[in-house]
Amino acid sequence: MTTNDVAVSVRNLRKTYGPTTAVDDVSFEIRHGETFALLGPNGAGKSTTIEILEGYRTRTSGAVSVLGTDPAKGGLDWKARLGIVLQSTGETGLLTVAELLAHFAGFYPDPRDVDEVITAVGLQPQAKTRIAKLSGGQQRRVDVALGIVGRPELLFLDEPTTGFDPEARQHFWQLIRRLKAEGTTILLTTHYLEEAAQLADRAGVIAGGRLVAMGGVHEIGGSEARVPVVRWRDASGFVHERRSDEPGRLVASVVAELGREPDGLEVIRPSLEDVYLQLVRSVDPAAESEEVLA
Amino acid sequence: MSMLTLGASRIGYETKTYFRSPDTLFFTFAFPFVMLAIFSAAFSASGEIGPPGSQISVGAYYLPAMIAAGILLSGVQNLAVDIAMEKSNGTLKRLGGTPLSPISYFLGKIGQVFVTGVLQVGLLILAGWLVLGIQLPTEPEKWLTFAWVFVLGLVTSALVGIALSAVPRSGKSATAVVIPIVLLLQFISGVYLQWNMLPEWLQNFASLFPLKWIAQGMRYVFLPDGWEVLEQNESWNLPGVAIALAIWLVIGLVLSRLTFRWIRRDA
Repeated sequence: MTTNDVAVSVRNLRKTYGPTTAVDDVSFEIRHGETFALLGPNGAGKSTTIEILEGYRTRTSGAVSVLGTDPAKGGLDWKARLGIVLQSTGETGLLTVAELLAHFAGFYPDPRDVDEVITAVGLQPQAKTRIAKLSGGQQRRVDVALGIVGRPELLFLDEPTTGFDPEARQHFWQLIRRLKAEGTTILLTTHYLEEAAQLADRAGVIAGGRLVAMGGVHEIGGSEARVPVVRWRDASGFVHERRSDEPGRLVASVVAELGREPDGLEVIRPSLEDVYLQLVRSVDPAAESEEVLA
Repeated sequence: MSMLTLGASRIGYETKTYFRSPDTLFFTFAFPFVMLAIFSAAFSASGEIGPPGSQISVGAYYLPAMIAAGILLSGVQNLAVDIAMEKSNGTLKRLGGTPLSPISYFLGKIGQVFVTGVLQVGLLILAGWLVLGIQLPTEPEKWLTFAWVFVLGLVTSALVGIALSAVPRSGKSATAVVIPIVLLLQFISGVYLQWNMLPEWLQNFASLFPLKWIAQGMRYVFLPDGWEVLEQNESWNLPGVAIALAIWLVIGLVLSRLTFRWIRRDA
């Protein structure tokens, strides 16, 4: 990877608030055109990290470069190349969708067509509706529209689909795939693992402020974490669980041993979610599984 | 996009939201009209007031006071509450992530104060003239004084409002912090209570703040000659008006520059 390919580079990033360490020695790189997902439970340091990259927060130490610029010193020309969808926003909502988008489009040197953006986020029927009158999910789509109207090279999406119904989420995924196809680099935080699996080329898992794993979405956690599990019940009702790289052979041997079909036979390939939960629990055993809504 | 073009675009945006916000429309835009109507009606039986030979109706006395109140509300109350709300509801954070310059943002705010302030004061004068039958000054010199006191007063109020927006800790507390300050100033600066009825120590205290000077300048414009005997030192003291407002303009500018940020400081 040459430096020219790198859109975002983070080296040994640390952020402390008094005695609390929010981000602890995090390093990663995102190539141009790549979609990178930061996964992790609430309070793990995802938003702190992304807000340092967006220029909202200062860092305690470490080196950060976003589109070749230190975000702590980024000027207006730099901001013109970014699209930022914050985790929570709440405008007063007195303007209509089309009015607000047209206004924001004016901030950028080469904005997208406002009508196209409204169509892309599926808000044509609401284009002339005041934002205050939209549902929570529709308002979130306005946030996304404002993030992409400036035709950003790099798009930050901080938990973008919170409050979306499944259909809206599917539409959103299609939109992100189109942006990807146009070459947009995307940094996504989410706790919907399916979302990361659908959209991201690579993912990093943050827990307790540390990056505990990083890699391709289908490789994260290493091959060890993805060894299939074979589970069956013997005659006495005892549930056996054994991990094996050769689950077929294992099942055959179990059948041979029992001389019949085993009860409750399952061969489980750990999903991203299983891998993720293992990773997060290994850092913070108290991490609630309810954080995960895949 | 230049800062000025964007500033102009912001003025349109800000003015649109101002007129779509019912709270602002009543408590900032319409309030001086309501007060002028109440004062005129309440004291309609008390006849004419003022020094012998220069007597006028109570409504005529309160017209310059309500113009001064309008300038204060349009600048200080409007912007201090508005910006504090924008800070707490995430509007400023979002703008801070775009290539919008803070200068364009403030051009938008001050431009909005100007558009709405001109409209408000214009309608107040018109209402006073047409509805209450108040005689307006005819001398060009008086209107010239009106123009500079209005512009200087409005810009100063806007900057003080921007500076004051840094004080409330949340959007919810913004009105609770700002409105008592603005109300108190109106009571001690000769807006709601007749200036010459206030004790000297209170007049001196009120002179520390800009509203007293805006009101004094407006009284010079709209009250007949002869009323200056009821002013401090029996003089309109227009140079004093200019100096006091200029000092507050600089204070407002410096404080705004020092305290404004798109988001609360990252501790």
